[in-house]
Amino acid sequence: MTSVMEHPAPASPSGAPTAPARSPNDGARAPRRPLLILGAGLATIAVILPLVFLLVQAFGVGWHTLQPLLFRSLTAQLLWNTVSLTVVVIVICAVVGTVTAWFVERTRIPGRKIWAVLVVIPLGIPDFVTSFGWRAIFPSFGGFWAAVLVMSVAVYPLVYLPVAASLRNADPAQEEVARSLGLGRLETFWRVTVGQARLAILGGAVLVGLVVLAEYGAFEILGFRTLTTEIYTEFNVGFSTSAGCAFSLILVVLGVALLAGEGALRGGGRGARVGPGVARQPRPFPLGRARPAVLSGVGLLVAVSLGVPVGAVIYLMVSGGGSTLPPASLIGAAGNTFMYSAFAGLLATVAALPIALLSIRYPRREVRLLERSNMLILGVPGLVIALAFTYFTEHYLAGFLYQTPVLLVVTYAVMFFPLAVVSVRAAVARSPIGLEEVGHSLGVPRHKVFWRVTLPLIGPGLAAAFCLVFLESATELTATLVLHPTNVETLATQFWSYQSEFSYSQAAPYAGVLMLIAAVPSYVLGRWFDRLPARSVVAQAPGPAPGTMVVL
Amino acid sequence: MRAPVLMAALASTLTATLLIAAGGAPASASSTSITLYSGQHVQTTQALVAAFEKKTGITVNTRYDDEDTFVDQIQTEGKNSPADVFFTENSPPLEELATKGLLSSVAPSTLAHTPAKYDATDGKWVGVSARVSVIVYNTSLIKASQLPTSAMQLADPQWKGKIALAGAETDFQPIVTSVARAHGDAAALTWLEALKANAGSHIYPDNETIADEVNRGQVALGIVNQYYWYRERSEVGASNMHSKIAYFAPHDVGYVLDVSGAGILKSSSHQAADQKFLAFLTSKQGQEIIGHSQSWEYPIASGVTRTGETPFDQLQPNSITIAQLGTGAEAIKLLQEAQLL
Repeated sequence: MTSVMEHPAPASPSGAPTAPARSPNDGARAPRRPLLILGAGLATIAVILPLVFLLVQAFGVGWHTLQPLLFRSLTAQLLWNTVSLTVVVIVICAVVGTVTAWFVERTRIPGRKIWAVLVVIPLGIPDFVTSFGWRAIFPSFGGFWAAVLVMSVAVYPLVYLPVAASLRNADPAQEEVARSLGLGRLETFWRVTVGQARLAILGGAVLVGLVVLAEYGAFEILGFRTLTTEIYTEFNVGFSTSAGCAFSLILVVLGVALLAGEGALRGGGRGARVGPGVARQPRPFPLGRARPAVLSGVGLLVAVSLGVPVGAVIYLMVSGGGSTLPPASLIGAAGNTFMYSAFAGLLATVAALPIALLSIRYPRREVRLLERSNMLILGVPGLVIALAFTYFTEHYLAGFLYQTPVLLVVTYAVMFFPLAVVSVRAAVARSPIGLEEVGHSLGVPRHKVFWRVTLPLIGPGLAAAFCLVFLESATELTATLVLHPTNVETLATQFWSYQSEFSYSQAAPYAGVLMLIAAVPSYVLGRWFDRLPARSVVAQAPGPAPGTMVVL
Repeated sequence: MRAPVLMAALASTLTATLLIAAGGAPASASSTSITLYSGQHVQTTQALVAAFEKKTGITVNTRYDDEDTFVDQIQTEGKNSPADVFFTENSPPLEELATKGLLSSVAPSTLAHTPAKYDATDGKWVGVSARVSVIVYNTSLIKASQLPTSAMQLADPQWKGKIALAGAETDFQPIVTSVARAHGDAAALTWLEALKANAGSHIYPDNETIADEVNRGQVALGIVNQYYWYRERSEVGASNMHSKIAYFAPHDVGYVLDVSGAGILKSSSHQAADQKFLAFLTSKQGQEIIGHSQSWEYPIASGVTRTGETPFDQLQPNSITIAQLGTGAEAIKLLQEAQLL
């Protein structure tokens, strides 16, 4: 096996064309990365395909048809709805996700391990279940703030996960130095802790923005119209793929704006530690008198984000009510959902590695463009992506792979690829290249350095990537309906079948199992963190671990 | 670090999955199987498919999705489409595919099962069942005597905040087409705009939601196809129903009959089996399944009648024809101009 992490050797004299180097280091290393570039290129092509389809379809219909559809009062209103909602949700998620991650990762919050799992699970709850739960409790729940609430509690884990991973790996020495230099606790938090997690926060915020742009199910139930609900309407009533694609283009433009904004805020800084020795496990802050307040805050978050949908599902299961639909296999559907989502998670994570490594280790403009262009796909509605893959397999592969598990898995991996890239990228950014160089200098073969040094360093990021893609895939519906193998049902498609027939009590178990399945990767993720070498070694050093560590 | 093991497992499983996928669908060497794209309700479709499979030995693989999404999907799939038969809730999706030349002609013997006015005029699809648009109203919010007798009255400001509207629901388009046919496009647009203003925040995605919101007392009334109310009653139980349905005045523009139908994809390589399926849908046996199903649609072929709701022959719908309903393109344009789409 060829290594993807070579020792940074001087540029070979073979004279591969070198783009103007940003720094001597970059220039020297870049041409030696054919495998990374190949991997990144392949992934990008798969991700770009739906965008190509989008362009071809939109322009195929002709400007004279698109113009009256695009330039009218409804578009302006939808644009306003979409943009204002996205901005508000991003801000709320950034704050809630970061603060929660800090409390869970850095303080002696009682029941830390349980919280670490509970705060991630909302991501695995289908938005349509959440909206449905809220409406079951408050019948007139709807409109802008309802949409803000439902989206915020559903997607803040997108910020929480990368930030938690970043806080886990961050060297506490910087905070200690800041404190010793006289900075207050809050100021240290703002300038050092948040500073260290900046990449993760920004990355998460962009994901939140893109996910909100492409959200459909929740807004439809809440009666809040956005560009995406309009896109589905166009597909649904107009029989017009082209008009739907035209509206999708507006979304892509918004996505580009979002990414550009993040790029500007992100700057060029890298966060790896350069000090000697091993990074220590951060010593958790005692909460002291703030404990009840913090506990009730996190508790409220979990109650709102988890309690409402879970409560609604349980209520519906208990309340009963007949169904005229024939029974279907819950276990079978659960197995399918689990298998498809797990493969999608693995595929997306592995495919994200080359791009993430390239973009951090060889940050040139072209690499950056490559990485950024992969992000756009998250803002494209699932139906458009599904139809794009329908088109390409049917027209260029004569139907090969169409409506097979493989294409469904690939589609999920493509749809949620940005989630994997951001997670892996943040992890790579925080893993010091120096450790790999030490490995090389000790004579360890390149591939062994990758397995033994690089991978453990970025392990949490990979786990986060897997979990994010897994969770989103498990709850995906619109692309699944187009691409799932015929006669094979998933939890989401079965839920949809029952729910759209008023059989709420029959739909509820599917939502329940979906939430249970979503809990698995969240739990694994939480546990993985605790087994990291750094933590287990140091856990004995600074004193007894908090008593709550034995809870699980 | 177990990463190498993990990677090996990943690689081998992916390869296995690919091989299984490449091997194609489960072998069914001995018997024919056809693929059905169904935009119809699941319980009706499943009952029909099960009976057909038992009778003929032909396997039917069914996919469910929104009928309009299927139209996009079938067009995108093109000549390699796996779909053999397309079964819908409304006629416009079938008309759309017929217009694009994607449907085969239905066997004359099958068309003969159904009154000609419920089939495609060019014989490209056959009518299978029917529904009719009605008012659904919450009995504690409004009295039956206060209900409008014409859909046109709903534009009156007296209904402000009291009506629900699902502009994006395919079942609503025939009513728009009907209004436009009777009063012209300009009047239809004014009517739609007034309806939108009256509905205010009660604009919902579909008829299921309207029926549910009216039943829950969130809004006083709405226009739906009659069977949504019966279906909701079947699911939640009569004791949980706080709504009723009422008919518009005979032949009113809002009193529209919708036909559900089925057609065969030209690209299908199982034309004979496909024809058998369509023949079965409209046969006495197929129609009786529809007549007794919990979907509450009206059978329209082979002389079968529905019990438990207003008899089909006592309905007095508007005279608009299937051909006049067309693909619904005109209605969609009006809905877009009213900013409802």
